[in-house]
Amino acid sequence: MKADPKGVLTGAHFLDGDHACCEGALAAGCRCAFGYPITPSTEVVERISRRFPMVGGVFLQMEDEIGSSIAIQGAAWGGKKVMTVSSGPGISLMMEHIGLAAMTETPCVFVNVQRGGPSTGLPTLTGQADMMQARWGSHGDYETIAICPNSPQECFDLAIDAFNLAEQYRIPVMFMMDESVGHMTERVVIPEADEIDIVERRYTKKPPSDDYELYALEDDNPFVPPMPPVGEGYRFHVTGLTHDDKGYPAMDAQTQQKLIRRIVDKIRLNADAIAKYEEYQTEDADIILVAYGITSRVVIRTMEMAREKGLKVGVFRPVIVWPFPETRLKELMDQTKAFVVAELNYGQVVLEVERLVAGRAKVVLAGHGGGDIHDPKEILRLVEEVAK
Amino acid sequence: MSKETNKEMNPVEPYLRMDRMPHIWCSGCGIGIVVNCFVRALQKSKVDINKLAVVSGIGCTGRIAGYFKVDSFHTTHGRPIPFATGLKTARPDMNVWVFSGEGDLVSIGGNHFIHAARRNADLKVICVNNFTYAMTGGQVGPTAPLHSIATTAPYGTYDQPFNLPFLAESSGAVYVARWTTFHVRQLVKSMQEIKNKPGFSFLEVIAPCPTIYQRRNRLGDGLAGMRYYKERSKVVNGADTRNVDIKLGGDIIVGKFIDRDRPTQLEAMDQELSHKLGDKYVPYPTGVER
Ligand code: SF4
Repeated sequence: MKADPKGVLTGAHFLDGDHACCEGALAAGCRCAFGYPITPSTEVVERISRRFPMVGGVFLQMEDEIGSSIAIQGAAWGGKKVMTVSSGPGISLMMEHIGLAAMTETPCVFVNVQRGGPSTGLPTLTGQADMMQARWGSHGDYETIAICPNSPQECFDLAIDAFNLAEQYRIPVMFMMDESVGHMTERVVIPEADEIDIVERRYTKKPPSDDYELYALEDDNPFVPPMPPVGEGYRFHVTGLTHDDKGYPAMDAQTQQKLIRRIVDKIRLNADAIAKYEEYQTEDADIILVAYGITSRVVIRTMEMAREKGLKVGVFRPVIVWPFPETRLKELMDQTKAFVVAELNYGQVVLEVERLVAGRAKVVLAGHGGGDIHDPKEILRLVEEVAK
Repeated sequence: MSKETNKEMNPVEPYLRMDRMPHIWCSGCGIGIVVNCFVRALQKSKVDINKLAVVSGIGCTGRIAGYFKVDSFHTTHGRPIPFATGLKTARPDMNVWVFSGEGDLVSIGGNHFIHAARRNADLKVICVNNFTYAMTGGQVGPTAPLHSIATTAPYGTYDQPFNLPFLAESSGAVYVARWTTFHVRQLVKSMQEIKNKPGFSFLEVIAPCPTIYQRRNRLGDGLAGMRYYKERSKVVNGADTRNVDIKLGGDIIVGKFIDRDRPTQLEAMDQELSHKLGDKYVPYPTGVER
């Protein structure tokens, strides 16, 4: 299906990442959002509150992030494509409902414009230290999808992917911007609506009946059950408790294992289909810089400087960080002496790289506490050391 | 004999998930009475059951959503109101009811409660108040009468309890009533009244929890609870909500206290936006016919 032209601001614009994210959501068909102000994400909801009333949408500012993160789920079951927007402290408050969305398989998008943490940290300055939280911040066992745009253009383009993936897999998608990307203004080209692919909600084809099973699989899709429309007589029950196919609570180990296995597998076993990454000069590289979000732009500079010095350095950039593009990284591993992982934290995604590489190549962290981006020269020094 | 008359069916059955019976509630518990009253209210008002949703939080009362055979949502602790706000916003044509306990709605969920009332979210909120956290074994609740005993107040509570009708009224609810589970007729009538009333309607139902609250406070069984409600309830319709707080073993003022009108959250939004944006505004449905 193609985007509804009503929400698509076709043309070339100068937008910051926060504003571009709002336009991406609109293009994706989001007409319902709930939020609470927090720096550096506030501009997203400010633009939403200006734009939505003109396209038949609705934005409600809630009393807090806890309310926002569950109001979107009521609206999602009500048939809307939904999102909420926040930053570290607010995202921490939303964690319980990210778990609820995972457990009830509610399609929704959580935008996190990352800032320095922990706690109140650096409200106005950048960070990338919420990556592990994005993966498993809520209690219990589940998988999410986490997308890391590195430009305002991508805040638009990938926001559409975020909504599409949320519908396709019925999960909370974490849209992991950072303050640098959120507040950076660049040219953003918004295509014609008929050039934008939209994944519509998949509704059950079964008629309402007493035997209707809320979580029964259909259409040969072995992972993701379709949803029922609300208000049409299905009279279904949704619960955050462990539930059977009917949607009824079932407090036993068997039901738990069946449900959680599927919730986890629908992402893990589709990791290759979900994977999205970019590579620069990896063909002959024996040292590969791994970075995501704003840092993936910094390491390009490092790569250029290293190449000038005759070092064979490339860049591997996971665009979707969770699930990690594992298959491709393993392929690169065979040709690579070392991976240098640059991120604005003191070691999160590097742990995943270490796990995959499992000692078969060197893995080095170029860590940074946040508040600023890396100096590409600092990363270069590490590269030179590794190259020795 | 025709097939229909062969099988005797309780008239409440079409509204309940009979495949989930027996329910989890104790004998003598007041929650079942609330369920029953709601079914009666629905039967009497010939509502389109498909266009009605029930949302609950966590706790003994939170299990209500699981037993009503409607689109139903058993959410997280304290959050049924914001979930319901989202559902109602997405589907203004739906009739959205929240059933939960006092711990859920006004302790952990207190912030959502006051703000939804302030905005006049178009929700029907039924609070079953049994003065304790029953599901977790009887800890002190936000409405527990002073000096009552709880597992976390073994010598008696010393925190001032909330007076819920006063809280609801001062936060902006358009309809506020309190009944006990003894007042089934009035309860059904209140439910019928709020069914079609736009805005934030609040109904407090004082209910016995014989297993936990009454046992610990030596207040007898379920029947003793009902006897207490019968003897010590005073119907004062239109009572000043400042004066309806509940003391341990004291009188319980019941009645319809508030019934007023103001625009719902979506109506207010619609009015403001159409006024300010004019033709640029694409009207959003409010679900209210006035
Ligand atoms: S513990 Fe109390 S509130 Fe819970 S079901 Fe039993 S009687 Fe009812």
